[in-house]
Amino acid sequence: MSRLDVRKTYKLYIGGKFPRSESGRSYEIVSAKGEFLANASMGSRKDVRDAVVAARSALSGWSGATPFNRGQVLYRVAEVLEGRRAQFIEEVAAGEGLSTRAAGAAVDAAIDRVVWYAGWTDKIAQVLGNVNPVAGPFFNVSAPEPTGVVGVLAPQGSSLLGLVSVIAPVIASGNTAVVVTSADRPLPAVTLGEVLATSDVPGGVVNIITARTAEVASWLAAHRDVNAIDLTGVAGADGVHWAALEAEAAGNLKRVYRPMVVDGRPVEPDWNADPGLGRIRAFVETKTVWHPKGL
Amino acid sequence: MVTVSTTTRSAQELTAQARDVLGVSRLTNSALTSWLHGLPGVDQVGCEGRAAALGTRSIKTTSKAWAIDTAIGMIDLTTLEGADTVGKVRSLCAKALVPDALDPTTPRPAAICVYGDMVATAKAALGDSGIHVAAVATAFPSGRASMPVKLADTRDAVEAGADEIDMVIDRGAFLSGDYLTVFNQIAEVKQACGDTHLKVIMETGELVTYDNVRRASYLSMLAGGDFIKTSTGKVQPAATLPVTLIMLEAVRDWRELTGVQVGVKPAGGIKTTKDAIKYLVMVSEIAGDDWMTPQWFRFGASSLLNDLLLQRQKLATGAYSGADYVTID
Repeated sequence: MSRLDVRKTYKLYIGGKFPRSESGRSYEIVSAKGEFLANASMGSRKDVRDAVVAARSALSGWSGATPFNRGQVLYRVAEVLEGRRAQFIEEVAAGEGLSTRAAGAAVDAAIDRVVWYAGWTDKIAQVLGNVNPVAGPFFNVSAPEPTGVVGVLAPQGSSLLGLVSVIAPVIASGNTAVVVTSADRPLPAVTLGEVLATSDVPGGVVNIITARTAEVASWLAAHRDVNAIDLTGVAGADGVHWAALEAEAAGNLKRVYRPMVVDGRPVEPDWNADPGLGRIRAFVETKTVWHPKGL
Repeated sequence: MVTVSTTTRSAQELTAQARDVLGVSRLTNSALTSWLHGLPGVDQVGCEGRAAALGTRSIKTTSKAWAIDTAIGMIDLTTLEGADTVGKVRSLCAKALVPDALDPTTPRPAAICVYGDMVATAKAALGDSGIHVAAVATAFPSGRASMPVKLADTRDAVEAGADEIDMVIDRGAFLSGDYLTVFNQIAEVKQACGDTHLKVIMETGELVTYDNVRRASYLSMLAGGDFIKTSTGKVQPAATLPVTLIMLEAVRDWRELTGVQVGVKPAGGIKTTKDAIKYLVMVSEIAGDDWMTPQWFRFGASSLLNDLLLQRQKLATGAYSGADYVTID
């Protein structure tokens, strides 16, 4: 006897919960070959608003956690990712039109990327901070601190490796994130939300919204309670212009992480390349403290 | 500037008027009991359903802008902490005078609500701005003190210049059926207030049933309260929509009965613009637009003002605003 299909309608991931879009809308996700995969919620500006509230309230706890603890949590994410490897391979292969072998390599690289950033959490201060020589009887210490709530436009193409490569550096240093997923390939992001919910990441630290990028990007860029925005996902998104978003982001002097631009057009970087510290450095603020040298 | 007109009433006058309303020759506890228990019972399911239904109205664009400004003008900006200092009260007054430094067209709240010993500080800080100073009195929040102490507490605040007094009823006496004691205490405090506006806090979170809320509302109005107020904010649950609905019905029916209009003040737990707008919808639908002014409806709140300001900024700029753009109280 044949089984009935379980037709899935995925929801958003906001504040550690899985709500439907406030708008009540959903849209069909199709594979690279055009076959129906699942339904996903189509997030709206009000979902972005709610996600920013959740990210803001999670910020003090996450940024106040010890770097060691954040590293443990990120490593736990990698463990749970590993446990769901088969599901991710299937989703990446279908969404990006890759062979099972190539998708497997992408998933492995994504898991390794999380482990790599997990190792960085308690080393950021050593590498980006400094004890400065000053002409006086003072200790002068510069240390990186998280910028705050970071909006992330996740890459449109690389649906898992690219996704974790933009989220992990943001949360490694203690920021909280509001992530707008790839519009056409959101399934690995939806599953990543399920991974995060079951891997000790406090609710609200990462919020995942599946949506049409052009619809919600400017609300996120203009939002005055967002401290920084990563515009990587404008590459390949219809109807989104990164310079316009940067102009809107200037309303509250957000940090802006620009997309890579080649020949005047934003493109996705090579996600297999060594990520370096650029993304971590982009979302920290340096605080310098003078302290008198006592005897 | 908010105008509140209050007539000085002695306790004897209030008792005489109560006898007229009840149609009795002597105001006894049994007369009060049979009157209050003769009020129609509250249909709990219907009341909660109606309150929930009124909360679903969609208020957008220009209506929302109007509602936000109206709600700001109805706030009794409140600080009632044991840790209150002169500096804290002054900074709250500064916030009332300039709620949003980014937008001088922002309306001011109706009043500042503080403990009695902070009245003079608040009065000095507010000057002739027209913002009232409301003081909580009568052994707020528990109300557990002897009557001379409660009256002294009240007179103290009035002499310090309070424009409005927020008193608490003796919930212990009310719940044990000693309505006459509650009546007499309110009437005596009203007399001590002179021409100062009197709000009667019923602490609905301790009254247990909706029937009791209705009875306490009528008893407070009978005893001369100018306003009936839900809660102290120190007890959970504080203000809720169904409780406020019952009180709005009570003041509406009281005006039908006696010709006297009484105000309503939900206090405690109203934190968001969405909540505030639900209350405004209810005021309009239940009591009527006569109550839609700071003279007859107030919000007792502290964090509500910031949320209203954020929503106001969102309407003005088109971008969602954040906590960096409002003052921390």
